[in-house]
Amino acid sequence: MAGKELAPLPAAAAGPEADVLLRMQADLRRALEKPVAERRWVMVIDLRRCMGCHSCTIACIAENKLPPGVVYRPVIDEEIGTYPHVSRVFTPRPCMQCDSPPCVPVCPVAATFKRPDGVVAIDYDRCIGCRYCIAACPYNARTFDFGEYYTEDTPALQPYEKAPTYEYGQKRVRSGGASPVGNARKCHFCLHRLEEGMLPACVTSCVGRATYFGDANDPESLVHELIGRPNVQVLKPEAGTMPRVYYLV
Amino acid sequence: MRAARAVLYGLWTVAFALGLVGVWQRIAYGHTLAGYGSYVVWGLWVAAYAYFVGLSAGSFLFAALVNVLNVNVLRPLSRTALFTALVSIAVALLAVLFDLGHMNRAFEVFTSPNFSSMMTWMVWLYAAYGILLLALMWYERNGNTGMVRALYTVGIPLAIAFPGGGGALFATLSSKPYWHQPLYPIFFVVGALLSGAALMAALASVFWPDRSDMLHVLGRTVLGLIALDLVLEWAEFSIPLWYGVSPEKEVLMQILTGRFWWVFWVVHLVLGSAVPVALLLWRPHHATCVGIAGALTALTFLAVRLNIVIPGQVTPELRGLENAFSDHRLTFSYVPTTHEWLVLLFLVAVGLGALWLGFRYLPLIETREVETHERYS
Repeated sequence: MAGKELAPLPAAAAGPEADVLLRMQADLRRALEKPVAERRWVMVIDLRRCMGCHSCTIACIAENKLPPGVVYRPVIDEEIGTYPHVSRVFTPRPCMQCDSPPCVPVCPVAATFKRPDGVVAIDYDRCIGCRYCIAACPYNARTFDFGEYYTEDTPALQPYEKAPTYEYGQKRVRSGGASPVGNARKCHFCLHRLEEGMLPACVTSCVGRATYFGDANDPESLVHELIGRPNVQVLKPEAGTMPRVYYLV
Repeated sequence: MRAARAVLYGLWTVAFALGLVGVWQRIAYGHTLAGYGSYVVWGLWVAAYAYFVGLSAGSFLFAALVNVLNVNVLRPLSRTALFTALVSIAVALLAVLFDLGHMNRAFEVFTSPNFSSMMTWMVWLYAAYGILLLALMWYERNGNTGMVRALYTVGIPLAIAFPGGGGALFATLSSKPYWHQPLYPIFFVVGALLSGAALMAALASVFWPDRSDMLHVLGRTVLGLIALDLVLEWAEFSIPLWYGVSPEKEVLMQILTGRFWWVFWVVHLVLGSAVPVALLLWRPHHATCVGIAGALTALTFLAVRLNIVIPGQVTPELRGLENAFSDHRLTFSYVPTTHEWLVLLFLVAVGLGALWLGFRYLPLIETREVETHERYS
């Protein structure tokens, strides 16, 4: 084989018939060309395709270097029915990035806020750690960073626990009581990845291709198409929060 | 008497020393030794905060009642009530400070406030109230009765606003069905009045055991407020439970029959309500009976606050969430740890120490009250 050049792979199509990851990647590229305020990030989760593998949970933990007790995207596992007629339903639960977020107005120092693109973000350097926002969330989508480490009771604290996180585009190493220790933390749709043209970690890691992401203001996008289907739902619509995470059931 | 005093001093020293251990742990280890987590985010310290805020507002309203409405029979208590209000609010704020993830950023509530947050309103009201209390002490000391009366008049709406606001801090959270009820602010104001009056009754029985007229009025006040508080509590429990179908049912049943059922039935209803009512009906003029009744009600009111703060958080917002991710911070059960109790012990010791210093070095229970009383009567 030495000296023989490999032929380049054919360009993958990114149209409606393409693999959803390729299509979402193209959707993302288009969205990033627009001003931030004109993007409307939404996530769609197809519960019929979710197999409960928890890859998204783990990918999120790895991407954001989440410590013990901090989880942005757990997957709720429910059993339905009575034997022999039983089934299981898996419900991944990221932050809903509500359009009417109960966590934002309760923050006494305005450390949590709604970005123009709809993502509910936290200013780690301003958050006082009162946890009022955590109590206010009807989805339990916020967790508190207690400053714990997975390997602190072992002979050596493992280096990966001191690896920096790049949430909100800021390089931070959890150390002592410095932020994000002592802060409320939550899913932010991997903003730091989006800004670099990458899909959220939970989307790319989804084995069953059950999680979709994109700009709902773009009529060509996959998510725009999906949230127009009759089988789309949101969690707790009665809470009046207007979530930006949709479920296909 | 001397031996009893030595025992009390010894107990205080032990409590303070143990409390210091808790504070050192809090500073050295942050929140890692606390028992609360991300689902039950507020624990013992927040309950203690609500408790001490109530004691402060209740004590203040008592002093205001004396000075604005000229309830002269209670006048000897006026300064004691005022100083107790100051100490209680300081202890309450200290409890909240220890609860913050970043204590050093507490000032942000003043420098970058968000006035849509009920918490911001509370902090600003506490600041205004603290300044008012200090000003009142200053004018009391200088004998400026005109200013004292004016400040008490201003202070009454303030002292109703902040325990009411404390109730609203919980009640405005629509995510928690148990907290999200319009009754809460009223409930908190009545609770403040009750715990404050009960504390005053206990202090009066110690410092003025011969004033049976004052003790009688205090005892009757406590009795009336216990009755009012129980009526409100009956409404709070009976309405959601009546047909057995409501979002609050699970929480209320947890309180009545759950793991900590005895906090409601034994600590709150028996020790904090039934025994004081019996004592106050049996010997309404007797200093020991009024004192024990007041002390029991005032002390056990922490159980009422705990039964508000904790049960409101113990039911998952989404079914199955408790099993979605295993971590000791992601559970819907909560028991305060030794560390949390030690910090509470510190708060109580600091409060008692400050009260003792006040009684010892400030003219709180000296003859000047009698002079003032004579001037008014």
